[in-house]
Amino acid sequence: MSSNTHYVAPLEETPLVGVDTVKVSEERSNLWLDAWRDLRGRPLFWISAAVILLVVAVALFPNLFTSVPPNHDCHLADSNAGPAPGHPLGFTKQGCDIYSRIIHGTSTSLAVGFIVIALTTVLGLLFGAFSGFYGGWIDSVLSRVGDIFFSIPYILAAVVIMTVLAEYRSVWSISLAIGIFAWPSTARVLRAEIFRVKNADFVMASTALGLSRFKILLKHVLPNSIAPVIVITTISLAAAIVAEASLSFLGVGLGGDIMSWGNDINQAQSDLRIAPQTLILPSIALSVTVFAFISLGEVARDALDPKARALR
Amino acid sequence: MTGYIFRRILQAIPVFLGTTFLIYFMVFAMPGDPLLALFGDRTPNPAVLAQLRAQYHLDQPFIVQYLIYMGGLLRGDFGISFSGEPVTEILARTFPVTIRLAIMALIFETILGIAVGLISGLRKGKLFDASSLVVSLILISLPIFVIAFVAQYVFGVWLGVARTTVSSTAPIPELIMPALVLASVAFAQIVRLTRASVIETTTLDFVRTAYSKGLRTRRVVPVHILRNSLIPVVTYLGTDFGVLLVGATITEGIFNVPGVGNALYQAIIRGEGPTVVSFVTVMVLIYLVVNLLVDLLYGLLDPRIRYVK
Repeated sequence: MSSNTHYVAPLEETPLVGVDTVKVSEERSNLWLDAWRDLRGRPLFWISAAVILLVVAVALFPNLFTSVPPNHDCHLADSNAGPAPGHPLGFTKQGCDIYSRIIHGTSTSLAVGFIVIALTTVLGLLFGAFSGFYGGWIDSVLSRVGDIFFSIPYILAAVVIMTVLAEYRSVWSISLAIGIFAWPSTARVLRAEIFRVKNADFVMASTALGLSRFKILLKHVLPNSIAPVIVITTISLAAAIVAEASLSFLGVGLGGDIMSWGNDINQAQSDLRIAPQTLILPSIALSVTVFAFISLGEVARDALDPKARALR
Repeated sequence: MTGYIFRRILQAIPVFLGTTFLIYFMVFAMPGDPLLALFGDRTPNPAVLAQLRAQYHLDQPFIVQYLIYMGGLLRGDFGISFSGEPVTEILARTFPVTIRLAIMALIFETILGIAVGLISGLRKGKLFDASSLVVSLILISLPIFVIAFVAQYVFGVWLGVARTTVSSTAPIPELIMPALVLASVAFAQIVRLTRASVIETTTLDFVRTAYSKGLRTRRVVPVHILRNSLIPVVTYLGTDFGVLLVGATITEGIFNVPGVGNALYQAIIRGEGPTVVSFVTVMVLIYLVVNLLVDLLYGLLDPRIRYVK
């Protein structure tokens, strides 16, 4: 035996054995799969998902849920009256069926919510992606533009726009008024996330492989930065629904002929003392819907953030 | 530090110009002649109308109006409302009320929010934590006017322990209910922020070190955990103070608080362009200054942040 031979412990005796026991065949895991496994076990996720499904069903097919007309067949004799057979929630000041008006008002709220997030997502993606990925003067200019829109509270801006558009009050104009000032939040979240992702090794690898900057942004950076955008979009949807109701409540929202929870709350506010239920019932519908979207955003935030998941 | 302050102020200038321009543009685009509205149903004398039009520069093109307005703004002149009262006077009359209300709301939300958030974070997963999560989600989901009406009905009408509306001098006891309503949403956000931050800080090495060198919990929690968890909360409080000054429009309307929110809403409804712009301009100014102060406050709370360059 030569002097430089030395004893080597058998593999079973070394801590390295643990390395070899990692099963290569184990189920592959990624952010989305992990998030789904996490969501599956949370009651709040199932509650909010069920409420959202119900609300969407009500918005799409209101006639499945009520056969009472919301606008005509109202009798002033029923003004602010309590529940009656066939009218489970009673009547509004104009003697219309409250339950039917809540059912038929659902689609307005959801439509505004979805149009607004379509707008904020498009603008937020454009501004956020370019300023985060290209940096430099592009970032400075785009961020300042975002700051300008961000410094004006969007309810205030929407009040001004809706006053300007007084003759064109519709679901489209109110969504435009809310969305045009609400997008900087989305842009900011995406920008911050892209700043984090763009220096990752896989981005450098793509650069080394000769992929163009724009393709890297589109194929590698954006898909890896999209998780927080999904979260903020869910929460923006809830915020947009509240904004529509607030504007209608202030009297600068949708026209009185459009059925909306905000309009009904506005109509009912003078009767708070004598018929609080006419105000409370549409408020409950509004709050439950908003609660479902906000809760979904919250559980998605936890599920999509490995750090938050570990800390919980 | 002075260099940093200087740079931040330079950055704020284009934002300020852009914001005022945007608002002025939107108000300018409003349909209807605001002067005709002043006369109600009567037919105005054309000479008087022309005189008024010249007095308020309404005969000038948009960009000239904007420049005249900005020129006045730089000299501290915020214009005259259509009722003849200088905007500065309206602001002087209404702003103290709004600031009083905002500070009260800020105190409520800070104390309650940090306390509840800290307890939740330290007792992660326990009953207190779970119920505070549900309560804060509910508070975030309730639109502010719903909270305001419920408070007004329960405390004002039903129990009769508070006035439903605030009288014109807005004394502090009468502002407690509006302030609590205003604080409710931010309270929920602060609970969430503090909780997440406390949980994260608790896992850090210096907390373990503090415990292992024998410090008591009652020293580690306030000195090591809480102080280092407050940075996101302070950021939020800063932006929220701006929001409170501006976003009080609905709450002030419902409780009839004689503050800026009320005055601003009235101005928008009457189409008084310059008055609206002045209010919003001052609000944006405050928002920018408050954000700057918050950034500087970071340095005090977190010695790791240094503004050398």
